[in-house]
Order: sequence, then C-alpha cells, then structure tokens
Amino acid sequence: MMGLAPHILSNLVVLALLVGLFGLSRWVRRRRIWLESAHAIWQRRRLAIVVIAAYLSIALLDSVAWVGGVPEGVADVLPNQSLSVLDRLFLDTREASYSAPFAGVEWTGGAELRHPGSHVLGTDILGRDVLYLALKGARVALLIGGLTSLIAIPLALLFGVTAGYFGGRFDDFVFFLISTLASMPGLLLLIALIMALGKGTFSVCLALGVTGWVGFCRLSRAETLKLRELDYVEAARALGVSEIRIIFRHVLPNLAHLIVITFVLTFSGLVLSEAVLSWLGIGVDGSWGQMIDGARNELSRDPIIWWNIGAAGAALFGLILAVNSVGDAIRDVLDPRTARTSE
Amino acid sequence: MTALLEVRGLRTAFPSASGPLPVVDGVSFDLNRGEVLALVGESGSGKSMSALSAMRLVPKPGRVVAGSVKLDGEELLDLPVTEMRKVRGGRMGMIFQEPMTCLNPVVRVGTQVVEAIQLHEPLSTVDARARALELFAEVGIPDPDQRLDAYPHQLSGGLKQRVMIAMALSTRPEILIADEPTTALDVTVQAQILSLLRDLQQRLDAAILLITHDLGIVNELADRVAVMYAGRLVEVADREALLSDPRHPYTQGLLRSIPALATPGEPLPEIAGVVPSPEQWPAGCRFSTRCPKRIERCDAEFPEETAPNEGRRVWCHVQDAPAAGEGA
Repeated sequence: MMGLAPHILSNLVVLALLVGLFGLSRWVRRRRIWLESAHAIWQRRRLAIVVIAAYLSIALLDSVAWVGGVPEGVADVLPNQSLSVLDRLFLDTREASYSAPFAGVEWTGGAELRHPGSHVLGTDILGRDVLYLALKGARVALLIGGLTSLIAIPLALLFGVTAGYFGGRFDDFVFFLISTLASMPGLLLLIALIMALGKGTFSVCLALGVTGWVGFCRLSRAETLKLRELDYVEAARALGVSEIRIIFRHVLPNLAHLIVITFVLTFSGLVLSEAVLSWLGIGVDGSWGQMIDGARNELSRDPIIWWNIGAAGAALFGLILAVNSVGDAIRDVLDPRTARTSE
Repeated sequence: MTALLEVRGLRTAFPSASGPLPVVDGVSFDLNRGEVLALVGESGSGKSMSALSAMRLVPKPGRVVAGSVKLDGEELLDLPVTEMRKVRGGRMGMIFQEPMTCLNPVVRVGTQVVEAIQLHEPLSTVDARARALELFAEVGIPDPDQRLDAYPHQLSGGLKQRVMIAMALSTRPEILIADEPTTALDVTVQAQILSLLRDLQQRLDAAILLITHDLGIVNELADRVAVMYAGRLVEVADREALLSDPRHPYTQGLLRSIPALATPGEPLPEIAGVVPSPEQWPAGCRFSTRCPKRIERCDAEFPEETAPNEGRRVWCHVQDAPAAGEGA
C-alpha cells in the first residue's frame, strides 16, 4: 500500500481487527464447543482477561490516528504529523523535568519538583513522559506478538500439515528444513536476518516469524500424521472426498485447539524476544525493550533512576503474566491431553 | 451375464527390506448384482486389503502391482483419480469396522451426511438435509430429526454404525463394501445391524462385499463365500455348500472351531499356529505349515484352481480325500 499514509493504514487495521473480533465472537457464540470453552476460560482467569483487554484497548487507542486538530502553541508537534488518541491525551504535558513523584527530587540541581504530579511516572533523560512511553509500548508489543504469530503459524501449518498429510519427498524436504533451522543458534540467526532485512517493525516480525515457526511446524506435522491415519479420514476417502477437502474439513478443525494454544503461548515468548533484540540494539522503535535498554545506564546514577526501567518492566511483566495465565487456562480447557477433573 | 465387479489376479504389495511383500497375491472373484459375497479369513489373511485394493484405497506405501478390477466392465485400476473419486461413495460405498472413530468428532452427524450427499449430487443444503432425514429413517434411527444435529459422541455405537450405513447408502451405490461391520458392536446390536443390512440389500438390490471372520455372520447374510488364507483364496462356494461340505482343510478347520458346532465336553478344536507373516510364507501351499493333511507336494508347489462342481473353486492338492469328522 504505497499510496496510503501510515496512519490511515493503521486506522484500517484497527477497523479490520474490530470487525474480526466481532465476527469471531459471533462465530464462537454459534459453536457450542467453543462457547463452552470460552466460558470456562472466562470463569478461570477473569483478571488476566481484563488485563489483556486493557492492554489491547490502549494499543487500539494508540492506533487510531488522524492529522490536525492540535491546539496552537503545543510544543514539539510537527504541523502535519498524525497523532493517535493516546498522543493527544498526553499533548499538554508541560515542561519536562527529569524526575518522578515518588523520588520527590528533580534531578538537575537537586531542587524540589517544579511540576509535581504532572508526570505521574516521571520522565526519562530526554524529558519524555514515562507513563506515555510505557503505554505506547503496548501497541508495539501486541503488534510484534500478533504480526509474528500471523506470519509464523500459517507458515508452520502450511508446511507441517502438507508434509504430515502427503508424506514422501515433501515430508523429507520439510523435515530437513526444520532440522536445519533448529540446529542454528536462534539468536544468531535472528541477528543475521534482521541485519539482512534492515531494521523496522515488519522485518523484526518477519525474522522472529521465520525463526519461530519450526516448533509449531513439527507439532502440526506430528498431529497430522496421527490424524490422517484416523478412521474417519479413511472413511472420507472411501466416500470420494478430495485430499484438499479432507485437509480443510477433517485435519485443520482437529488442529484448532493446538493453533489457539500455540498462538497464546508463543505470543508472550515473542514479546520477550523483542526485548532481547532491543537490548542488542536491533529491536523495534518505541518498544518496552528499548525503554529498558535506554534506562540501563541510568540505574547507576545516585539517587537511582528506577522509574524508567520499572515502568517498562512492569508493563512487560503485566502483559506476559496475563497472557501466560490465560494461555494456561486455554490449554487446560482445550487440550484433551490435560485431564478434566469436572464433568 | 458378466459380473458387476470382476476382480482378476489382484496383487497388492508392500515394500520391505527383502523386496515387495504381496499381502494380496493373485486374488480373483466375481461379485454379481444383488448378491452378498463374504470374504472370510483370519486376521492378516488379506481380506480387508483386497477390498481396499478394489477401491484403490491401499494405505501407503502399499500398492496394487498387478491384476484388474472391473466395475460393470470398466477398469477401475486405470481410472484417473478424479473419476475414481466419483466411483468411491458414488457407485461403491464402504462401511468400516469401527463406527466409533469413523465419524469426525467435531462435526454434527447430519452435516457429515449432508456433505456426503452433496459430494456426489448437486443438491442444495436444504434438499440434501431432507434426503439425510429420509436416509436416517430408512436405516432405522429413532428421532431422526434430532439425531441429525447430534455430535458423534452423543450417539451409541449401533447408532453410529447406522449413520455410517446411511452415509454409504446416500448415493444408492451398486456395491456396498462392509468391512467387519459388526465386530465392534455388542451382540444384540450386531443382530440388528445384520438384519438392517439384509433388509436394505434386498430393498435396494445392491451387491454387498462382506468382509468378516465370523462364520455366524456368513450364515446370516451371505449368498456366496470366498475363504482367504495368507493373501490367497483357498475356497469359493455357495454358502450352503461351503458350510455343509467344506473341501479345503482350512475351511474345515474354521468350521470345526466354531463353539456352537463343537462336541460338548471336548476341548474346542483349533487350527494350530497363527497365519504366517508375508516374510514367512512357505513356497508351496500357504496353508501347508498348519495343514493336518499335508503331503509332500504341498511344500513344493502351490495347488492349481480346481472346480469339483458347479459354483465351487478349491485350491488344494488333497481335497479328493475329505476327512470325515476327524478331531471333532
């Protein structure tokens, strides 16, 4: 989409996401299995789901953007810059001071705070509001997790399911590919890929996706190997069903629980990987990883500047914990191998 | 009149370290219109594989290496894959041993039947559903309307087998291959399914290829019987003739070991040993390792087909000297 300004594209993505969420909820409501599962998950992890929803809505607010409408005299705003809802909420931060309310002291000169309370979590060394940065990080984190999963999972399914189903030469090829990728140190491969692709959100996601699909590919291949031997697949063949239709009708729906579980569990891993990449200086701009990286040296100051790294770390921690906890609940509910005690 | 299904010299082999192993080795039989032919044999005798070969559904890496399968004069083994798909489920239906696992657990049974119908006929979903409802009633499913919306786990084994039969019959096939259709069911349900099959077969005038190891079922349902041993046919005859006057020592052994026919108080006669695996098949008659009437010739050469009387084919060197009641 060359002709589209980035903020319009991002608005469209938000719209598509909302429509998708709405459609998904309606679809889930019509399938009893999924409706019951969703209900069971909600019963188990209400708090975590609310937390994830909060992160999601912050990210959505940060994605809806438009140009103009900025009051005159607001500092540091380029005239034609598109600003998201979140940006606009933080527009009137007055003069910056390197401080936090809890610290009580302004760094420069050790004087009293000039604007107590105007920066709830203080600012970083460049005078940017820490709360604002931490909130902005939510969008980047969700983008990395979501976009990478969107790259990795279809890739893994494509190779895993076809290899497992058809077997033969193609299976050998895919397994060779998987083994080769798995035998390289993941971090080195990531660095090499990002160096080759250039920095930027998309290339980081692509690199993470390319290195991250292997595990799920192996899983879906193994599961398909099992499914294709099942009697109802053979029965379908005896009814004259084509191979493609068998895959879509009989194999993929029976992989659905695996897809959901894998999506949630890899999601948090991906967000953490990005933090590692940022620490190495090849992360995505505006991520929590970068905030942590930027605040690293500040930790050695006296009095200690902790609110920077603290805010980013807490935001990261909160998201990962919530996602993992929901992921566990999803696995308990959907995975037939984890025994259900009730019922 | 030519037969509806003509199988000639069928060989199906699986590759192995010591060369291809023919699990079906030169099997020939005819299935006539409106007839029930039973393929009988122990586990591993190649009876299921023969039927799968006729449908061209041999699991990989196995493959049909020789022979011919003609449906109404048309060679099935040369048919393009897309044409073959139309034959499967269209002109030849199949029901399997395990109704528990033959239905997709995450799709409603009605939807599965509807899809099976639409696969071969351009019907709208509403029409196909009406048809499915008729089929459900036809195979004796109570409350067919509600059962259409059930998931497989909500149905009993017998009901699931009825659903499978409904699905196989959805396109009015000329041939129904039933691969041990009652083995996984309990006895009372077995009887119901058997009478359903007989009833449907007479009403629809379909031919049934019944694969079983249970001679009781053969007696219930079959018109003709083909006995298989270790990948080969050993005896083919009409049901009456085969059950009252078995010529091949293997058939005789099978009949002797039916509990209901054995002498009370005596230990149940058995055929000693097990079916040898394809690597261990003897050079001569396949049954020679377990045969009570083995003569020297049996070790060296496989017996030719003989037809002692009308409608009977036997592959045995010693059949002329029938053993009367020995061991029984």
